Amino acid sequence: MTTTADERTAALAQQPMRLAGPRRGFFVGTVQGIRDIVGQRELLVLLVRRELKARYKDSTLGLAWGLLRPIATLLIYYVALGKFLGAARSVPAFAIFIYTGLTAWTLFSEIVLVGTGSIVANAGLIKKVYLPREVFPLSVVGSALFNFAIQLAILIAATAVTGQFPLGGRWLYFFLALAVIVVHATAFALLLSAINVYLRDVQHLVEIVLMVLFWASPTVYSWKLVHNELHGGTLESLYLSNPVTLAVLGFQRTFWVAGDAQPFPPHVGALLGLYLAAGLVFLWLAQRTFARLQSNFAQEL
Amino acid sequence: MSAPAVIRIEDVSKRFIIRKEKSLKERLLNFGRSNMHKEDFWALRDVDLEIAAGSTVGLVGPNGSGKSTLLKMIGGIIQPTSGTVMLRGRLAALLELGAGFHPDLTGRENVFLNAAILGLSRQQTERHFDAIVDFSGIEQFIDTQVKFYSSGMYVRLAFAVAVHMDPDILLVDEVLAVGDEPFQRKCLERIRTFQKQGRTIILVTHGLDQVAEFCDRAIVLEHGRVAADGEPFDALMVLRADFEASRQEELARESPADGPGAAAPRAHFTGISVTSSSGATGRPTIGDGEAVVIAMEVESEAPIRDWMIEIGITTPLGNPLYTTTTDLLGVTLAPLRGVRQFHLQLPSLPLGNGDYSVRTVIRDSSGTEVHLVPVAAQFSVRTDERSRGPVHIPATFQSL
Repeated sequence: MTTTADERTAALAQQPMRLAGPRRGFFVGTVQGIRDIVGQRELLVLLVRRELKARYKDSTLGLAWGLLRPIATLLIYYVALGKFLGAARSVPAFAIFIYTGLTAWTLFSEIVLVGTGSIVANAGLIKKVYLPREVFPLSVVGSALFNFAIQLAILIAATAVTGQFPLGGRWLYFFLALAVIVVHATAFALLLSAINVYLRDVQHLVEIVLMVLFWASPTVYSWKLVHNELHGGTLESLYLSNPVTLAVLGFQRTFWVAGDAQPFPPHVGALLGLYLAAGLVFLWLAQRTFARLQSNFAQEL
Repeated sequence: MSAPAVIRIEDVSKRFIIRKEKSLKERLLNFGRSNMHKEDFWALRDVDLEIAAGSTVGLVGPNGSGKSTLLKMIGGIIQPTSGTVMLRGRLAALLELGAGFHPDLTGRENVFLNAAILGLSRQQTERHFDAIVDFSGIEQFIDTQVKFYSSGMYVRLAFAVAVHMDPDILLVDEVLAVGDEPFQRKCLERIRTFQKQGRTIILVTHGLDQVAEFCDRAIVLEHGRVAADGEPFDALMVLRADFEASRQEELARESPADGPGAAAPRAHFTGISVTSSSGATGRPTIGDGEAVVIAMEVESEAPIRDWMIEIGITTPLGNPLYTTTTDLLGVTLAPLRGVRQFHLQLPSLPLGNGDYSVRTVIRDSSGTEVHLVPVAAQFSVRTDERSRGPVHIPATFQSL
């Protein structure tokens, strides 16, 4: 802060003029947009920590609550679906199977659901300070990934305890599937959070669509049942064209060692790769749409 | 060396569309007819400005004139409908204190978060952390959650973070009126230091005295257009004249509503004027050492005995600076009947630069107000630049 007035003026004269706020234009802004976000990575880290800290602050159990929710869900499905409805009889290692699917699904739904509301939730900040607004949906991705890591640790521990620790090349499915989930969910979060500013109905719509999507993926029932019903027709390809379904299957291929003998759709690896590529394009389009819509955030909120 | 421009605003207009419906259902139902439910509102119209490095600019205007919109546009928070806003250098906005504070986090965590939002890196924040806490004066509570803070503490911490940024351009929106007096003074001191360091400051405020005190340029906005731009003194005069005009308008609108039922005062002023010794009248500017005559015309329907006239000089906000009455001056007025004229002579005005108003009252023998004119006339004072504040004392300074 010791710069004298003259030095400051001279330094300023050297700098080029720039536009206040974000760049316009659909293509030109991409590089700049990415650079802005990278420049804000420290803020991103702080925002993620804020989300996590604020969520469990003042609760005695703190982070443990983050674990208890999926465990409760697991118990419900295990008892109600597995035992009472008898799903466990046809699915080996039913608990691991369900928990695998839930872990993948929770990551996706948390990013999309919380991400959709993230811009509106941070309205106070957005109206007062200029930041690359992408940081808000992205910070949701960060905190969702943190919760995911905890659940994943439990899942891996469970596979080790049951003596079915996944080994070798099957981990490739996991990384591919994880990338597909993160890329698609982030794209949805960006797109929907921006639209949600203009149409608040989106938030409620997302809740319902997510509920439908949950049952449209083989998380609590096995792929075998779907296959037996659809017999590989158009409906089955339609069922498999859902990236979340593919990602859930990919997760199961990695962690559900006991299910290796079960029927499994062909080309899941290749399809995951394809959807990852498509997801990246979708992510780019979502970011550009976000950039286009964000110019009016401050006045619409 | 002439200072380079740090902000260039070219032909900027901003239109807000006021929609009356928001939900999907309403939009679908009214699809196609939706233009009926839209209303355009131009918050800014064709604004062209250039702000030089190191200047302190006051942005003033009545409520809803577009000041904050313009400031937000400079800050990049909202985009102009047409035109461009260009700037250079690092920008920090003190738009609303504590906007980035999260109530569940401690003061310490919020300092880091808020600093990051304002664009400071973690290392820089760590370096300034002690200074920030010191400036805020709430060391004791720095590890307490912010939600338990009093509003004063909240503001102190937020301001402390903001002033420890290293901005080239600082945008300040109506935040100086917070905190207790010592803290306010501290903030103003800091702004002075910023000025000395050659930082550009843009101040949006309704405290016109602050503008006169701090700024070297004032921009008056009115209905989204630049109404005046220049020396604070001249610009503020334009603004105050406008305020007076709208006040008169309001009075004119109100008075017919009173109807004939409201008792007309027994006596009233029919005209009041201020004339300087150089002959300027209307809304004169009084120079150094000039004498002033306040002329009044009073009319009464019914005769009044034992009455007096009270004359005062006030600031534009109505704070009395000087009041006298005919009683205090030792004058006994003859019973009033019909129209009479009076002069109050003021041989010189010991007033500093600024705008002033004349307030006149007719009182009866018991001291009851018969007729009050809160702003009977207005004048400005222009003296040398050797002092600030409403009182002007021709001081000299000697070293012994």
